[in-house]
Amino acid sequence: MRDLLPGDMQQFRYIEDTFRRCCLKWGYREVRTPVLEYLHLFTATGTLTPGRLGKVYSFLDWDGWSGERVVLKPDGTIPLARLYLDNLSPQGEARLFYVTEIFAFEQTGKENRERWQCGVEFLGGAPPMADVEILLLAREILNSLGIGDVQLRLSHAGLAKALVRELGLSPREEAKMLGRILDGDRQAWEEAKSSCPEGNRLLAFLVDFKGKSGGFRKKVEGLSARASAEVKSSLGDFLDVVGLLDSLNCDYHIDLTALQGFEYYTGICLQLSSRGEKIAGGGRYDELLSLMGGESVPASGFALYVDSVMKMLSPRGDERSETGVLLRGDRAVPGTVKACFSLAQSLRSPGRIVELDFTPGEATGDCRWVISVSGSRFVVLDRRWGKKREAGSEAEVAGILGSAE
Amino acid sequence: MKKRSGSLKIALPKGRLLPPTADLLEEAKLGLDGYDEETRHYRLSSTVLPYLSAKIFQEKDIAVQVAVGNYDLGICGLDWVEELLARYKASGVVKVATLSYGEGSVYAAASRQTGRTGPLADKPNRPSTGSGRTRETLLPFVVSLSNHERRCKPDASPLARGDSLRLVSEYPNLAEAFALNMRLKRFRIFPVWGDAEVYPPEDAEIAVLWAKDEKGLEKQALFPLVKLLPVNAVVIANQESLENKELEGVLNRLAPGRRSEEHFLSFEELGGKIPAAPLPPRRAEGKVRLALPDGHQLPPTAEFLKHAGLSLSRYCPESLDYRPSADLDWLAVKVIRPQDMPLQVANGNFDLAITGRDWLFDHLYRFPSSPVAELLDLGFGRVKIVAAVSQEMPASTIEEVKRLLSSRKLAVLRVASEYVNIGDRYLCDRHISPYKLIPTWGASEAFLPEDADLLIDNMQTGKTMAEHNLKIIDELGDSTACLISNREGVESPDKITKIDLFINMLRRGL
Repeated sequence: MRDLLPGDMQQFRYIEDTFRRCCLKWGYREVRTPVLEYLHLFTATGTLTPGRLGKVYSFLDWDGWSGERVVLKPDGTIPLARLYLDNLSPQGEARLFYVTEIFAFEQTGKENRERWQCGVEFLGGAPPMADVEILLLAREILNSLGIGDVQLRLSHAGLAKALVRELGLSPREEAKMLGRILDGDRQAWEEAKSSCPEGNRLLAFLVDFKGKSGGFRKKVEGLSARASAEVKSSLGDFLDVVGLLDSLNCDYHIDLTALQGFEYYTGICLQLSSRGEKIAGGGRYDELLSLMGGESVPASGFALYVDSVMKMLSPRGDERSETGVLLRGDRAVPGTVKACFSLAQSLRSPGRIVELDFTPGEATGDCRWVISVSGSRFVVLDRRWGKKREAGSEAEVAGILGSAE
Repeated sequence: MKKRSGSLKIALPKGRLLPPTADLLEEAKLGLDGYDEETRHYRLSSTVLPYLSAKIFQEKDIAVQVAVGNYDLGICGLDWVEELLARYKASGVVKVATLSYGEGSVYAAASRQTGRTGPLADKPNRPSTGSGRTRETLLPFVVSLSNHERRCKPDASPLARGDSLRLVSEYPNLAEAFALNMRLKRFRIFPVWGDAEVYPPEDAEIAVLWAKDEKGLEKQALFPLVKLLPVNAVVIANQESLENKELEGVLNRLAPGRRSEEHFLSFEELGGKIPAAPLPPRRAEGKVRLALPDGHQLPPTAEFLKHAGLSLSRYCPESLDYRPSADLDWLAVKVIRPQDMPLQVANGNFDLAITGRDWLFDHLYRFPSSPVAELLDLGFGRVKIVAAVSQEMPASTIEEVKRLLSSRKLAVLRVASEYVNIGDRYLCDRHISPYKLIPTWGASEAFLPEDADLLIDNMQTGKTMAEHNLKIIDELGDSTACLISNREGVESPDKITKIDLFINMLRRGL
């Protein structure tokens, strides 16, 4: 766990505000789900892998005599899917976004156990257009944040699952291998490749391929002639999305092994990184809502990893050092106190930060302006330029500040 | 890096591992004399190695004591080590040697009668209960239940909780690992102090429990679904002690040429035919379900019930039947631990139970909205709940203990108690800070003064306290046996009438 100090919070709010602004412009609406949810929401096959469930903070609630456990939310999408099923499903399509913390145990103690996410979910959005939409929205948010050198990696959970299914493993071995793949274990891919039946060159090609579509389409079309219908359907879906991205001149890399995420993913998966740091990820999850007891609803989404994005940003400029005012009364007597509060009120009305100080000694803090108040007399110091001027009224003070800024 | 020599402390088990561990220590010539079943002394000093001392604990406590660094070494079953690690993966405990005794396994087991009663009975895909039923039929059934429940509304009301699988275990963390790995969608885990085998099929679908082998389970009318963990006695070490202290001398004596077999939770599904089981008695609706205590509480309870006019067959320590029959045909009786009764009554598994008020309060402090309430004070089994410290501690009241904390003479108050929730409430109410509560499984008085500063425990005569050089600094209250019930659970007028009859009968025994 870590504290967010004033400088961190400035960055946090900058990310959140930029994220919100972009989402609202694209027609998404903000929602919030509770920090505590029931454990059973996350335990069904197809939601979280046992590996992830093993890191969940779960405990008995005050009414836990019933044996029902609650958890500190380990994921943003599943609670949002519950929110949709409970409240919004009759309306069909829903474009939603949220800012939330999620919790996962981290054994080394070096990483945060509480992480923040800015998430976007497009419920009812069918492929490939909805996938392209959330992908472009993710890019626009990162552009608006001023994060450069962004790499987009694409993989496909449905294709990965179909390929593993073709290996002919026992259900338990298959589940284990998929679990490893979803936990980001690239070695599992190598093992799948070496155990694939003779002649299955498609799997080997897909595991090794890293890059832009180019000859990708032609090659996989050639290799998939004898593939299962499931593999062909997933490949077709994958190619539809990359085809649209090509037409939009969107840069991307295909990397099936970059798949890392949740068991509920069924289609295209995206991973965005910058300078080696993963900053966002997401994918399509068409079966999640039906797994949770609702109708089958196509859906896709992504989350921006706020803690990682914060590392990418340079420190924000502080408003205080630009326009902030420290008002210093020489004595806490009625006349001076009244003058201070009155001046503070008038200076704050345009949105300026004004602090009051009645302590003796040197002025501290990082406000640009220091105004000393004695009775109804004001001395205005511009710390940036070291200039000092006297003023006899609030209007005169406002004029000095306005002309210098 | 040169390892430090110095004092070494080893935690030794009470209970079933005591005799073979005593043999091991004798062979090892560690000079820890007096470690036998008769001992009333929990502390031993080596007559051979002056730097070595030992303390005797309940087996369940040993892994925790070694993990937190109170002991450098410990001997206990692997099951308790894995129970700790299943939840607290970063615990500082290392398995250093597997011993050749204490064999068995932890199984997830179901009653051979499962499918006849309880929530499973109404599920689709229910396996047939004929003589040809195999173990495989139940396990896919359990898994298929999870699939079935995908279609349940996630916000199901508490009533829908009846759909959950109920798992009962002394190993709640292993039970949870089992449930998660089997991908059970909805499950409820009920930790119990013991007697997990008694719960299926009426009061739990699955018990996660230790057994010597599958035959051992069969004797208890259970069959294994999954083998979670092969178990042996193991020597464990505190991680830091292993790195910084010279343990080799003792380890070489305890386990020369030691091997440490890594057993992991395996979730090995078990195959094979289940022999035909006689049809189980149904949990007849309309019967009043009564839980009676085992252990120390058994003799006075049996005596009281006899005096009240209730005749029970085989409810005595000499020939205990965990399902004794009563001469009232509308009364279904089961024997479980008194500690577990409030939770079981809260969940509707029992309509009535005879337990101690101490356990009722411990439950209510943890779950204030629980529907369990006391119906009748039965008056026997009176004990005092007290706070005690070592005679050596310069404090005679809890206020003086508080002053030791505020003056930093005591950095943190370590409190040992079986009554975790009573202890927590007591310390909060008295604004004691900081404190650490150490849950214990019995023999709590042995924790003072080395491993705890304060004890919250029950006391009958004060003799045990005196024997362990402890002094009482506060009395939290009295506890006697009482009849408890679920005030929301009984709706049938017929059942209410029968419960009233039963209460009146007990009143005659007062």
